[in-house]
Amino acid sequence: MLAAVGALLVGAAMLWMFGADPLEGYRAMLVAAFGSGDALAATAIKAAPLVLVGVGITIAFRANVINIGGEGQMVAGGLLAAVTALALPDLPAPILLPLVLLAGAVGGAVWGGIPGALKAYFEVNEILSTIMMNIVAVQVMNFLLRGPLLDTAQISGLSRVPQTERLSPNADLPILIQGTRLHAGVIVAILAAVAAYVLLWRTTLGFRLRAVGLSPDAARYAGMPVRRTITLALALAGALAGLGGAVLVLGSVSHRMVTDGTATGFTGAAGFNGIVAALFGALHPLLTILSSFVFGGLLVGGIALQRVVQVPSSLIVALNGLVVVFVVSSELLRRRMRLQAVEIGRTDAGEPEPGTGARESSVQLRISDRGPG
Amino acid sequence: MSEFLTVSVLTATVASGIRLSAPFLLAALGETLGQRSGVLNLGVDGIMLVGAFGSYYTVLQTGNLWLGVLVGVAVGLSMGVLTAVVNVSFRAQQGISGIGIYLFGLGMSDLLFQKLVGTPRPISSLPALEIPLLGDLPVVGSMLFRHNALVYAAIALVPILAFVLNRTTYGTNVRAVGENPEAADSMGVSVAGIRWSAVLVGCALAGLAGTALAIELGIFQQNLTSGQGFIAIALVYFGAWRPTGVLAGSLLYGMVAATVLQWKTLGIIPRSASDLAAMAPAVLTILALVVVARRFRQPTALGRPYEREA
Repeated sequence: MLAAVGALLVGAAMLWMFGADPLEGYRAMLVAAFGSGDALAATAIKAAPLVLVGVGITIAFRANVINIGGEGQMVAGGLLAAVTALALPDLPAPILLPLVLLAGAVGGAVWGGIPGALKAYFEVNEILSTIMMNIVAVQVMNFLLRGPLLDTAQISGLSRVPQTERLSPNADLPILIQGTRLHAGVIVAILAAVAAYVLLWRTTLGFRLRAVGLSPDAARYAGMPVRRTITLALALAGALAGLGGAVLVLGSVSHRMVTDGTATGFTGAAGFNGIVAALFGALHPLLTILSSFVFGGLLVGGIALQRVVQVPSSLIVALNGLVVVFVVSSELLRRRMRLQAVEIGRTDAGEPEPGTGARESSVQLRISDRGPG
Repeated sequence: MSEFLTVSVLTATVASGIRLSAPFLLAALGETLGQRSGVLNLGVDGIMLVGAFGSYYTVLQTGNLWLGVLVGVAVGLSMGVLTAVVNVSFRAQQGISGIGIYLFGLGMSDLLFQKLVGTPRPISSLPALEIPLLGDLPVVGSMLFRHNALVYAAIALVPILAFVLNRTTYGTNVRAVGENPEAADSMGVSVAGIRWSAVLVGCALAGLAGTALAIELGIFQQNLTSGQGFIAIALVYFGAWRPTGVLAGSLLYGMVAATVLQWKTLGIIPRSASDLAAMAPAVLTILALVVVARRFRQPTALGRPYEREA
């Protein structure tokens, strides 16, 4: 909370520096993001991929694996979904739509599973390998969309932007409320978040993921397959991000997959912003729904910022960065406060407090491992 | 294919490969110093971006290239203060905090660019310094000895950093703090102090890397680096935390990039295949990471904030 207020204050200062009225700017953002039915729909649509990526980040984080590969996993998922929809255009919607969503999840799972396996079996740092996988995914996308999947009609005449043909209408995500753009991708995201919650706290697999995250050595001693669990953690995170990519393609206005040559052109940086949403949601799947909605609003509002007070929406990207910085920095303060509370409540301050050791710090972001409820 | 093998094309490719590798090298050497002290700075790309914009804008306004270089370093230093406060003083989880710094740099540089400049205008680039005599050598001269000062500076930094790390007290302290901060602390070495200094120098070099890129290209645009900072981090692993290894990796990256570029202009490979070719360095890096992870050990305390036992 403190982090958000801090970032908003810095944002206000920056608006003011650029000669814009901060209050006017923020009001414009609020109205654009939450002020009407259409605004809420736009925000919810923006939030859906953030939820999916964020929940994936949460699962990985609980297993003490950091997934920076959301961007590439979204691209991989979007691509496999698009290819599936292009290959099987005549399947009826009740079969094709689930199949295409599944394809997205599979694409992302492969893209996440590779760095997962490399970490588990070859001790390759997953932060680096996921970043490299992002780069590879972008090039694969550019190759496919400029080559084999290219819609030649678009490139020669109309838009000159490399893109696929319009996908089969049977693979469109149904519109939930007529007259708005609100589509079923939002439901997919919420269901996925609930499923992740159940997985983490109601199943053996979830217990294993969390046990491996807290202490791989103890988990191994207890006979758990640590390596397989680490691989699975990143594959699951990738699957969710891939699903997010599929939702982006199938719920887009053009119903095509389009590239401007970069990953962010396709994802809108959701692969990174999902990290912000997950952190802000205290690494809890259900709270991540809420925080994604707020950040979705921030992104939608950023466009209004540009229109009303002529400050580029990159301001929002910079603010998102600051939120991350503030959240990870305030973690130390929070731990200190908790520690003090414990110290005060104790008469003998002799024994060292668990949680201050250096070993502990590698998993320090586990903001209190809250159980069900 | 034969067209590619003419001497003039080859020398041009090698020369441009060396030029292209300079930003990688500067950023990766800075990251090496930071990582040897135990701090993983994932924000390099963001720092390069603001450094690049700072230099670009300065040169655009004043026309003074050296002032631009200075501003790039200064911007890098101030981002270094932010990085060190977060990662060293507040002991944040470095795998995440760096992404925050990256996003901040990415957004901030574009924000300032759109607000202050708007449409891209080119700036002049640093003149090539021809080294007397050596520069006149046939073939080798134009390949190795006709570059701008930043390229020479980047290459000169390799032995300098190696010397500092391996032969000076400061370097010993940096390595001690990165390997075993508890022991270093008990010997009276200030863990936070050493890490602060390593992060500051590293970020200054990242800023300079951005400068080198902006001045080489003579332009700024949104996301100018397109992930080069992340590749620089990977090159540190690639080079197994040794300046010479980092140099080899950077040169390899520069050469591959220059070759792909050259092939594209000569029309040797079609555009679509060049997308696949552009993928090669990343795949290569992943493979290299596997080899390095087996053969070399990273600094033991890398990414681990230091907290004195109560």
